[in-house]
Amino acid sequence: MDLLLYSAVELAAAIKEGKATAVQAMEAVLARIGETEGTINAYVTIDKEAALAAAQRTQEKIASGAFAGPLAGVPVAVKDNLCTKGILTTCASRMLGNFVPTFSAEAVTKLEHAGAVVIGKTNMDEFAMGSTTETSAYGETKNPWNLAHVPGGSSGGSAAAVASNECFFALGSDTGGSIRQPASFCGVVGLKPTYGTVSRYGLVAYGSSLDQIGPLTKNVSDCAAVLEVIAAQDEKDSTSIKREDTDFAAALLEDAAGLRIGIPRDYFGEGLDAEVRKAVLAAADALSGKGAVVEEFDLGLVEYAIPTYYTIAAAEASSNLERFDGVKYGYRAQEFDGLHEMYKKTRSEGFGAEVKRRIMLGSFVLSSGYYDAYYLKALKVKAMIKKAFDDAFANFDLILGPVAPTTAPRLGESLSDPLKMYLGDIYTISVNLAGLPAISVPCGKDTKGLPIGLQLIADSFQEKKLLRAAYTYEQLRGAFDLCTDPCRGNMPLRRRTGRAASREDASSLLDWDIRKGRGMENVSEKCIADCNTI
Amino acid sequence: MSVKNALQIATQYETVIGLEVHVELATKTKIFCGCSTEFGGAPNTHTCPVCTGMPGTLPVLNKQVVEYAMAVGLATNCEITRLCKFDRKNYFYPDNPQNYQISQLYLPICRNGHVEIETADGKKSVGIHEIHMEEDAGKLLHDEWEDCSLVDYNRSGVPLIEIVSEPDMRSAEEVIAYLEKLRMTIQYLGASDCKLNEGSMRADVNLSVREVGAERFGTRTEMKNLNSFRAITHAIEHERERQIELLEAGQQVIQETRRWDDNKEYSYAMRSKEDAQDYRYFPDPDLVPVYISDAWIAAIRDGLPEFREEKMARYKEVFDIPEYDIGIITDTKHMADLFEETVAICNQPKKVSNWLMGETLRLLKENAMDAQDIRFSPGNLAKLIGLVDSKAVNSSVAKEIFAVMFDEDINPETYVEEHGLKTVNDEDALRKTIEEVIAANPQSVEDYRGGKERALGFLVGQTMKAMKGKADPGMVNRVLKELL
Amino acid sequence: MANIISDETIEYVGILAKLALSDEEKAQAKKDMGRMLDYIDKLGELDTTGIEPMSHVFPVQNVFREDVVTNGGESRETLENAPEQKDNMFIVPITI
Repeated sequence: MDLLLYSAVELAAAIKEGKATAVQAMEAVLARIGETEGTINAYVTIDKEAALAAAQRTQEKIASGAFAGPLAGVPVAVKDNLCTKGILTTCASRMLGNFVPTFSAEAVTKLEHAGAVVIGKTNMDEFAMGSTTETSAYGETKNPWNLAHVPGGSSGGSAAAVASNECFFALGSDTGGSIRQPASFCGVVGLKPTYGTVSRYGLVAYGSSLDQIGPLTKNVSDCAAVLEVIAAQDEKDSTSIKREDTDFAAALLEDAAGLRIGIPRDYFGEGLDAEVRKAVLAAADALSGKGAVVEEFDLGLVEYAIPTYYTIAAAEASSNLERFDGVKYGYRAQEFDGLHEMYKKTRSEGFGAEVKRRIMLGSFVLSSGYYDAYYLKALKVKAMIKKAFDDAFANFDLILGPVAPTTAPRLGESLSDPLKMYLGDIYTISVNLAGLPAISVPCGKDTKGLPIGLQLIADSFQEKKLLRAAYTYEQLRGAFDLCTDPCRGNMPLRRRTGRAASREDASSLLDWDIRKGRGMENVSEKCIADCNTI
Repeated sequence: MSVKNALQIATQYETVIGLEVHVELATKTKIFCGCSTEFGGAPNTHTCPVCTGMPGTLPVLNKQVVEYAMAVGLATNCEITRLCKFDRKNYFYPDNPQNYQISQLYLPICRNGHVEIETADGKKSVGIHEIHMEEDAGKLLHDEWEDCSLVDYNRSGVPLIEIVSEPDMRSAEEVIAYLEKLRMTIQYLGASDCKLNEGSMRADVNLSVREVGAERFGTRTEMKNLNSFRAITHAIEHERERQIELLEAGQQVIQETRRWDDNKEYSYAMRSKEDAQDYRYFPDPDLVPVYISDAWIAAIRDGLPEFREEKMARYKEVFDIPEYDIGIITDTKHMADLFEETVAICNQPKKVSNWLMGETLRLLKENAMDAQDIRFSPGNLAKLIGLVDSKAVNSSVAKEIFAVMFDEDINPETYVEEHGLKTVNDEDALRKTIEEVIAANPQSVEDYRGGKERALGFLVGQTMKAMKGKADPGMVNRVLKELL
Repeated sequence: MANIISDETIEYVGILAKLALSDEEKAQAKKDMGRMLDYIDKLGELDTTGIEPMSHVFPVQNVFREDVVTNGGESRETLENAPEQKDNMFIVPITI
């Protein structure tokens, strides 16, 4: 069968059993990339030779028994704001167009030590600032479900790569929803761990107090397996936390009995698309049918999360991005007169519009005379938002709601109005402010065929509850992706030929028709029904 | 300004001075990474991704920095801040790889301290506003030929404490006394070698003038680049005069940072349109707060050494040596330790003191060294004293040995054996040599017998020379007189 | 727009942030920043009296390194990405 249809965990098992090799897996992924990448543009950098060589070395270690874990031999795509030793790391910015790190991010190293093999670096919004992957200096990534739409962002390349089988799983980073929202838009699973669970060492910082690295995967089981590998205290990151409960795969139980789930009324008000609302509430019903106790409640302060977030994130970003100055690495302006002009030209030419916008805002809110009114005020509201979640988790195990108010917008629609784009982050942002874990799981599609994401939020360090509920729901829901169990079979991944995709073109390489078509060839009537009713 | 005018004006104005003193801590590694703080080394060799500001790197605090800062705070009567945090100070400059410096603004580790100083005008307390921890910057070298500057990050991230005084000083003498006091205290703690000329101690002077009796302070300036006590004294005098002249001319003093040029003996404003002096401080999200418990403070307090005043008092009581000597010996902890450890071995405080006050000081001066740089060990000094006491070597040979010991810390006993420097105590052999000397110098013999005492000295010298210095001078004198 | 951003403010923030904006960018920045600040002003609706500003979500404290040398000795990696270098140092426009 086609290797690409395996989930990450299934692939590792197949390799372990000798049914496939790490090299074959990498070759399959690279072949797929060869077919689809010209249209999707999920990657910024791929070094085929290096990836194949790494797969070969990994296969040898698998054969010798040195690698035996659930990700051994599995090709992974890494967001381009995670440092990778010897591989270009651009943050999708002109500023780092030639930057080759001399060390790897701790999360990447952890994956490599578990036998995962890096394919390349995925596209993103420049320095993770954006919600559509359109602010990349290396071209926009397309949503594999509909090429006229964005994949979401900022980890849009990672989400699109998973959705289009250009990798088996990917790493992303989430500062205000940057894993969950693209996962939702691309119909894959994305998890943002509790702040401090995954080392930030080697993650090029955007909002340091909000940034967390997490997995984007084909299903919840893969998500648990990846998290288990990357969740570890790191002495190089002072904010990383020692946790004992990182055996996340153990939480994959099909059972929601006793889980108290709260539905915040304030997440279902004005601005929420009716189809999204319906799909998310249907998911709540499904969990309730499996024994969860579902109740509505008022979370509060929801409308304050976005202004709080943009104050804090912009302030931290303005400082974090000061190091890009043309002295030590990256872009340097060609002509300048003196030091300060070198700084200004380098930074003005190296950064894109959205990055400059946030640096300007951040510098302003920290400047003399405004610190208290803006930055300090935001830190106080952050404390209030955290308190609102603490109160909620006194009554509930999980909070359930949408990931985003709508499905993926059309390309170009968001950039014209930044504030409107920021408003799209309303359900994801407060999770980062409060440092909580949250997961995005596909829960349906709208009439345009675009995926809808269900968001589950847990209290700090309660990823196991998230995974258990998400897994239970996923089992109820049945097939969604290319690769979930009921739809698996010897389905060929057909290449769509002869037509160049345009923004107006609602079809895509991997659109629902193809998936359904495959299902019809191979899978039972029940599965098709499942796929269609979600 | 005429001399007469200057005198008149000087009586009307009071100088108000506060100091910001940066001290490099004597840790083995940098404040936020495991790179060595050792001086020297080829450019950019004591560096890593953290201290060169590579994207994605994060700081991790060196515990020893906190402990040194606490020790300095306790020694200067500060309150220790139980929950202290680090903040980012944002400004662009190439010696600062992240373009922000990790420092402490809102919750510095120590506050509200004071030290006692003494000048010709008497004793006085100088308040310490705060002490905070921060990282040092890299070094810029200038290639004027190529019209560029070069950046070396070996010093980037070396730990500093900044000691901010209250504006309690009124003269250069008080400033020097305060700096001496800090230097002494910090050296005693072993927290830094505090060398102004090498930059491990740096003082920025905040100075304003006001009419005597005025309630409010005048506008102050901050003077940088002061690398010696002399430069500090001169800069204070010049700045005081400059400000008074401005005020007398009906102009205003501008609050600004000025740089002292020690060669030209003048200062200039470091103003630039590009330096907004708006550092946008905010808490560094990459570092977690430091919580300092009572137990931790108690442990640091227990580890504080005996400071100079206590030491001087004890020496006066225990050792029979002059007060002047006590002052010199306790001027550095290193010399005081050397003294005490040597005395503990040989139990001859007077003799140990003499070696330190005499030959040691002479050689330090000759080699332009500080007392902290003394290399010889207490054990070897004690052995040398033993050799002299037992008359195994005479005092001039002992001085020669000492000079070698000062350079290389050799074992004097082995050295004497190896170089055959032992005093010859064989009286027959001496007698024979003296007879030869007498025979060879009839004129001197005659002079001596004629009553010229000086001639004896010459004959002693000739004898010592013949004995290659290895004779006991007392014995030479006695035998010589006998034979004459 | 309640927050009117002046040319001077944009100029000043440009100096702080080391960004030289074109006239067009400046006009856009004034508009964007004004709108964002209007939006952020919404926080003023909340009474935050007595609330401690929260910079870290979790009360993690006292994370230290021991004072032991673990790096260094190699300048090649440090300079690997330097736009311009000479004698193992980074070249910048003269600063004096």
